[in-house]
Amino acid sequence: MEYQITLITIVSISVMAALSLNLITGFCGQISLGHAAFYGAGAYTSAMLTTTGIPFTASLVAAAGIAGFLGLIVGFASLRVRHDFLAITTMGVGFLFVGIIRQQDVLGGEMGIFGIPDPGFGKIGYMFFCLILAGITAAFSLYLKRTWMGYSFDAIADDEDTAKMIGIDVSRYKLAAFAMGTAIAGIAGGLYAHEVKYIGPDSFGFIESVTMLAIVVIGGIGSVPGVIVAAIALTMLPQWLQIIADYKLLLYGGLLFGFMRFSPGGLAALTRKLMSVRTANVEFEEVPGGRTPER
Amino acid sequence: MAGLLSVDGISVNFGGVQALQNVSFSLGQGELLGLIGPNGAGKTTAMRAITGVVSPDAGSVLIKGTNVTRAKISDRVRLGLGMSQQLVKPFHAMSVIENVILAAGYTKTRSPLAALMHCDRSHETTRSRELLDLVGIGETANASPAELPLGYLKRLEVARALALDPSLLLLDEPLAGLNHLEAAKLADTIKDLNNRGLSIILIEHNLGEVMRICSRLVVLDNGRNLSEGDPQSVMSNVAVRAAYLGEEAVNA
Repeated sequence: MEYQITLITIVSISVMAALSLNLITGFCGQISLGHAAFYGAGAYTSAMLTTTGIPFTASLVAAAGIAGFLGLIVGFASLRVRHDFLAITTMGVGFLFVGIIRQQDVLGGEMGIFGIPDPGFGKIGYMFFCLILAGITAAFSLYLKRTWMGYSFDAIADDEDTAKMIGIDVSRYKLAAFAMGTAIAGIAGGLYAHEVKYIGPDSFGFIESVTMLAIVVIGGIGSVPGVIVAAIALTMLPQWLQIIADYKLLLYGGLLFGFMRFSPGGLAALTRKLMSVRTANVEFEEVPGGRTPER
Repeated sequence: MAGLLSVDGISVNFGGVQALQNVSFSLGQGELLGLIGPNGAGKTTAMRAITGVVSPDAGSVLIKGTNVTRAKISDRVRLGLGMSQQLVKPFHAMSVIENVILAAGYTKTRSPLAALMHCDRSHETTRSRELLDLVGIGETANASPAELPLGYLKRLEVARALALDPSLLLLDEPLAGLNHLEAAKLADTIKDLNNRGLSIILIEHNLGEVMRICSRLVVLDNGRNLSEGDPQSVMSNVAVRAAYLGEEAVNA
């Protein structure tokens, strides 16, 4: 039972982190290869605060604030770069984050931070806390998709220059996406730190960033249900099967490549395609005597 | 003169090529101005300087008396500028009507925070249907832009520009790619919009329609002002005929 509770907690945090990247990459179309830096910034902020006796929930608010603030700065610096260049810039931010953490004794340096205090909710209580926050993130994502902000994000992801022509202030919208996405990643980072009780620079490196991006791409860029399913599957598989854990990078890399090549819309597009094939077949069979349907 | 738009002595240089040199013109309230000239005259560059896609090396652009020479494109749109581009650029992931609805919601997309607070699209949807009918492509509302021929996409661009309720509309070759009937019909629509008080700058190669609907012409050639005035006198100007037809044709 203990094991299942831990698993659900970790999966919830992972769903939240993936959805936060989906706001930036999926909704607004801004590729980020350094998202783990903001996840890490939240984890470090929250862990540093609770080890000095600040209440856990307050530390989460601070984690969101610091990560969102860093996200704004990085977003602001990245406004002039697009597509591949943005991916490389954000990748650099990811390396920069790990590089800085390693050198700071205050932040535990190479050794990381040990003995992060328990949030005091109990194992089950903490699981529900994480589940609820992941649920809120999912609900917010679905809501956002329906608003004029989500609509504007679609336009920006489609064609920035044309979006400007209809009066959309593209820079401000991109900054909003970065700020929201990184703040939520910060909260997820804080939750992670207090679940595993130990964090170090290696927890938030390039591999973590790529894993997050792989989840978003495999789930289907911009699809909230798709990203949730991918986050659950890709977090649980390595926990269940040791062999997958050993070849995690190979598997994720292969899946990432496979989806990019054969189904760029991810699981979401693949499901839609399968569903429409099925409906088409059903329609055909319903025609009496096997005649071709009239139109 | 208290014009809606004034372009004062703008010059644009693209890596050594002087695309515009000290070009000036203005648009008064309620005018339908034709901006014409042979290929390479700098018409589209002039339009891009007004919309903000290129920034001029010298000179200034004023919209309603506000200097917008260095302003963001979106800020110019908020001042009442609407535009349809020569190369059509619909949002491909959206349907035709969704392209227009997003533009029609310009008050809701003014700031990201306001946009986050609103979901309702009913008012904008009604307005967009009217606009698609106005430009004559109402029946394609739910189609994907990828399925439509150029003539339809040109009209989609016009509808999307109109959805911004502009006080000043820039149209870059809206008639190109349309057949004779469609072109005449869209030209009538443009004239009708102008009669209802909308000020318009029309860049167009279809001189027949330009002569028919425009009240004033500005002619550019080789990036410079060549001539300006009412359509008849401009077209009888020897320099204009030479620019269009070549020196020999005029002398012959």
